[in-house]
Amino acid sequence: MDLSVIDPISLFVGLVAAATPLLYAAIGELVVEKSGVLNLGVEGMMIVGAVCGFATAVTTGSPLLGFVVGAMGGAVLALVFGGMTQYLLSNQVATGLALTLFGLGVAALVGQPFTGVKSPRVAVVHLPVLSDIPVIGRLVFSYDLVIYLGIALVAAVWFFLNRTRPGLVLRAVGENHDAAHSLGYPVIRIRMMAIAFGGACAGLGGAYLSLVRVPQWTEGMTAGAGWIALAIVVFAAWKPWRVLLGAWLFGGVTILQLNLQASGFLSWLQSVGIPLQAQYLSMTPYLVTIIVLVVISADRTRASVNAPASLGKSFTQTG
Amino acid sequence: MFRLEPRAVTPVWITAVTPLLAVLATMIAGGILFALLGKDPFETIRVIFVAPLGDPYSRTEMLIKAAPLVLIALGLSFGFRAGIWNIGAEGQYVMGALAGGAVGLAFWNVEGAWLLPLMALAGMAGGCLWALIPAFLKVRFNANEILVSLMLVYVATLFLSAMVSGPLRDPAGFNFPQSRLLHESARLPIVLEGTRVHVGVLVALIAVVVAQIVLTRHLFGFNVRLLGQAPRAAAFAGVNAKRLTVVLLGLSGALAGLAGIFEVTGPIGQLQPSLPVGYGFTAIIVAFLGRLNPVGILLAGMVMALTYIGGETAQFSLGIPAAAISVFQGLLLFFLLAVDLLTRYRVVPAKRSGV
Amino acid sequence: MKLQGIMAAAVLAAGLGAAAQAQDPVKVGFIYVGPVGDFGWSYQHDQGRLAVEEAFGDQVETTFVESVPEGADAERVLRQMAQSGYDLIFTTSFGYMNQTVNVAKQFPDVKFEHATGYLRADNLATYSSRFYEGRYVIGKIAGAMTESNVIGYIGSYPIPEVIRGINAAYLGAKSVNPDVQFRVVWSNTWFNPALEGDAAKTLIEQGADILMQHTDSTAPMTIAEELGIHAFGQASDMGGFGPNAQLTGIMDDWDPYYIERVQAVIDGTWESTDTWGGIDTGMVEFAPFSDKIPPEVLADAVAAKDAIAAGELHPFTGPINRQDGSPWLAEGEVADDGTLLGMNFYVEGIEGVIPQ
Repeated sequence: MDLSVIDPISLFVGLVAAATPLLYAAIGELVVEKSGVLNLGVEGMMIVGAVCGFATAVTTGSPLLGFVVGAMGGAVLALVFGGMTQYLLSNQVATGLALTLFGLGVAALVGQPFTGVKSPRVAVVHLPVLSDIPVIGRLVFSYDLVIYLGIALVAAVWFFLNRTRPGLVLRAVGENHDAAHSLGYPVIRIRMMAIAFGGACAGLGGAYLSLVRVPQWTEGMTAGAGWIALAIVVFAAWKPWRVLLGAWLFGGVTILQLNLQASGFLSWLQSVGIPLQAQYLSMTPYLVTIIVLVVISADRTRASVNAPASLGKSFTQTG
Repeated sequence: MFRLEPRAVTPVWITAVTPLLAVLATMIAGGILFALLGKDPFETIRVIFVAPLGDPYSRTEMLIKAAPLVLIALGLSFGFRAGIWNIGAEGQYVMGALAGGAVGLAFWNVEGAWLLPLMALAGMAGGCLWALIPAFLKVRFNANEILVSLMLVYVATLFLSAMVSGPLRDPAGFNFPQSRLLHESARLPIVLEGTRVHVGVLVALIAVVVAQIVLTRHLFGFNVRLLGQAPRAAAFAGVNAKRLTVVLLGLSGALAGLAGIFEVTGPIGQLQPSLPVGYGFTAIIVAFLGRLNPVGILLAGMVMALTYIGGETAQFSLGIPAAAISVFQGLLLFFLLAVDLLTRYRVVPAKRSGV
Repeated sequence: MKLQGIMAAAVLAAGLGAAAQAQDPVKVGFIYVGPVGDFGWSYQHDQGRLAVEEAFGDQVETTFVESVPEGADAERVLRQMAQSGYDLIFTTSFGYMNQTVNVAKQFPDVKFEHATGYLRADNLATYSSRFYEGRYVIGKIAGAMTESNVIGYIGSYPIPEVIRGINAAYLGAKSVNPDVQFRVVWSNTWFNPALEGDAAKTLIEQGADILMQHTDSTAPMTIAEELGIHAFGQASDMGGFGPNAQLTGIMDDWDPYYIERVQAVIDGTWESTDTWGGIDTGMVEFAPFSDKIPPEVLADAVAAKDAIAAGELHPFTGPINRQDGSPWLAEGEVADDGTLLGMNFYVEGIEGVIPQ
């Protein structure tokens, strides 16, 4: 085994990019859940964002427009969920799952003419002096704009939830919708806005996949990223900065296990008497996420308090 | 404009008519979709929705397709009632199939009536133990079961892949990643001659009846409902929330594992890496579509199975893309979930002074 | 082959095959494991189906079911198809093997063809492609062109087909460059663009300057293009995603085989066969060779390709040792198909582990 071929800087740069689609989808879902709504349709919204973004960028030649339409696509799908769960009071878990099924189908239909088409390139912003600084330049200044905006989004969501009045109201709605309602807050309207925001973020995450990460449109290309995003919200205990941590952790372990494989780690293990299949290394991102969650949840005094109390419950305006 | 008024009692006719309303709405919306795709809407709807019901073979296949969905959904429904979110039934299904299948392979070519029950037990144990991981982590370390159970789906799938390309690989199979075919003693008996309807279908039906009795007639069912609706009251009533969490997760895991081993010993006949096909996730929809009620789950499972089977036929006989079928299924689910409103509330004109 | 099919169709149209012509069109069904929009495995099979339609026109009626899971569902779909009067059914994934065998037993009058499997019956043929021949050829190009002497290889699952490809590519590379090294990463998926892209980046960061892949997405090709290295496409022509990066690619071309088999059904000469076609049958095709390949390297590769097609060269010709140094093939000995079919060992010189 030759671990010296693993370059920690490249590893970090790689994980930041790998985590970005997860980060967008997860931070959006966090806001939705903070308002007391559980939308399990993240995968469906992501893939609709991916196809809308890709189709728009290809037809118009503008990746920027692609991102905008990708976000809109995710938001529109989310509003279907919102209408169903907020006005027709359908069950959130089942509606979210149905939304995934529906979204995957819609995306495949819309995307048919775009299979095998190449998208316009998204330019990486090169900061002339900064990105040339050794180490720091690559670690901090070598990304595309969408990545920086993703981190800014986390900061903005944190600020909104913890430092602004509307953020407080949104959390109040998520904690106890009946109380919020009796205080005169429009519970349903607030939740609809949160749901649309969540959909737009998931759509952006999907568009990032189809326009930057891959970049290409193929059916099923999100390959379960929406589910991981859902898990990251839980992992983060509904705290914005921990979403960033969770996404980076998951992305990081994924990249690390690929690096270990490429550097001959499995051969080394075999030479010391542990013949391990590659499948076991592929499990590590999931196992590490569980283990870290267990470690940080074990503090019984603080954990789980943060889960919005009304999560997943329908609100009816009676009387 | 309108206002919702909770119903104290839902009239039977409403419960019966609303799903039909949803089906009608789906036919209209789906018909428009198929017409937009350039297909004959009436013929397509007939092939998906009506033809399978009229064809004896398709009817039996509906049972086979619905059985694992119903078994898994039954287990999940108890947990959901108590506010326990096991969304990793897919992983428990895989581990059940793997554990039971491994027993079958260990006794490969050993005849005996004891083998199948042993495999079924191993399957239940496999699924149960896999579900007890999130249960244990929840009660001991407070780790959220949504995340743990979901992550374990991926772990189970990779583990299955490692097993069938390693220790459980067919020695005469040119190293392809799959196990031997199970021998006759390890295959579920067929109930209806000339079809694939196996004993597992009967077990699923019996499970529906048992679940119904437990839920309505037994203290356990009462405690489950109490824990979900009023956790504090449950605590006063002496319900041990931790123990119930463990029991409910274990139960749903065991039933998912049973569904897994039935699939292996029934229609598939061997372990292969492509075992997980999403039953564990679809079953969540089935559970809620059936309103967490055993009989409702049975009906919901049959409806899902119908659209799968009709959808396959529509693909090859009418050239409908698979994507359009999943859009159609999504529509059906949306409408079915939406009409629930009418069973729970009365829509009345809003009073001006109200709100 | 295509031409042959069209000519045969013309002959039929001229009335020589009046008996066949008078009958209803031959109904041909396909079952795909992925969506036809995957731009990989299932996409290429569907291209073959379209080629059949084009070659035979009114004489055939084709259909397909996509995204059929390997397992209980496959058997039902097959049975429904057989029951609906399909004459010839192609099941295009290894995991459909036992289901195809079962249904073939129940419908002796329907002809089945199963891709990449090894179980046959009177009405069940098998077919597969010797992709390893193509991989030997691209191995030669890679070995000659690498400057870092490190080739990155993205594998899907450690199954015989993939391992065979790695060995063939390595032997090809080593034949022109004794110092060449292979780094293999298993993605444990056939299709996950993001993960495959990460694997590609990882391999490049660890010194690989040429990439090969045995997964279906174009993500590795895109990464290669972005980072300015070379790569080989897989399944379909990925040149659009790496105009500078792609040196060539191995493409699955099922058109000639499908046309030939449908023709056999029309002629009434269909028999259960075991086809393992290579470069010579047109099943293994190459994407256009890039002008980045130096002329002498290209000449060598084309020579190897022609020699394989002519049956003069077999990629697995001894002396070859297994990874642990034990002899496998003696000087001049050629590997038998049985060993190749179930290959689960690396040849000497490749590092890494294949779980036993």
